[in-house]
Amino acid sequence: MRYGRVIIIWAAALFAAAVVAGVLYLTMSPERARAAIGGPFRLTSQTGEIIDSESLKGRPYAIFFGFTYCPEICPTTMMDMAHLIDKLGAEAKDFKVYFVSVDPERDTPEALGRYLSAFGPHMVGLTGSADEIAQVAREFRVYYKKVPIGDGNYTIDHSAFVYLMGADGRFVNVLQYQEPDDKALAKLKKLFE
Amino acid sequence: MKALIKTAVGAAIFALAAVPTLAADITLEHAWSRATSPGAKVGAGYVMIKNAGTAADRLVSATAEVAGKVEIHEMKMVDGVMKMRPINGLDIPAGKNVELKPGGFHIMFEQLKQPLKAGDTVKGSLTFEKAGTLPIEYKVEAMKKGGGMSGDHMHH
Repeated sequence: MRYGRVIIIWAAALFAAAVVAGVLYLTMSPERARAAIGGPFRLTSQTGEIIDSESLKGRPYAIFFGFTYCPEICPTTMMDMAHLIDKLGAEAKDFKVYFVSVDPERDTPEALGRYLSAFGPHMVGLTGSADEIAQVAREFRVYYKKVPIGDGNYTIDHSAFVYLMGADGRFVNVLQYQEPDDKALAKLKKLFE
Repeated sequence: MKALIKTAVGAAIFALAAVPTLAADITLEHAWSRATSPGAKVGAGYVMIKNAGTAADRLVSATAEVAGKVEIHEMKMVDGVMKMRPINGLDIPAGKNVELKPGGFHIMFEQLKQPLKAGDTVKGSLTFEKAGTLPIEYKVEAMKKGGGMSGDHMHH
């Protein structure tokens, strides 16, 4: 049984080495790390229009993954974004925040439209089939999971970041949930440089 | 002799009454909620629960007139992922305050009969194991930047 233990130790060492290598790869080559987030998508907006990510190129934008049955994180994030856009002023007059629903079952285009109307004209809801949503989430490395909470009801665990995309359509940075204004504004201003 | 007995009985009763009994003493402060989007089916209620008593208590259920269903929920942010779960009860330790606030615990209003608008009052109740059912009125505040988290919070 000594061989068994030796193998385990080697496996652990190799695994650890792989993790370290992975981290080094991502951190030492920021270009590649940035390229790892984002990807092409085609989703349906709250007005029923098909939005292709190709058509978004030429202007920076933000993208957030949430759902309308979310009582706190999602409305707060949308409110914060509306506030930040306000502070940015003229520079951001065409800046859009895309709210991609991770709950396409319940979040129809109409539901999204009604929900986002509270946050102003910069918010655009996007929904699609379960597969289309899964594809975008994968591209943005967004974690989301449907969790039953009794009586046929469910909530969705989801990543709470706002992804900032440059005018070239490539990922630039994230905004953390409730990031302080000054840091968030600095990150947003960079998008327009 | 009778007077002596009376005095003794009186003293005994008095002594018994003076023995401290463990009791919860729950008060509710600053019950509030946030305005929801039109068409929202869920909302959240927050409140400061104060237990000035010598016994722990436990919040076990809640009601709200505007909601078809009400649960107690806990939110946790783990590695950038927001998780929300219903809980069966919330312990309110003796002599302590437990605050239901954004990012932590909240009363989850489900199946909203109408969206919540700033200035509204949501009437409901909170039921505790020991203190029983207490009425509560949540004042609906406008949605605003920071949504009430005011910089503190995000405990782990």
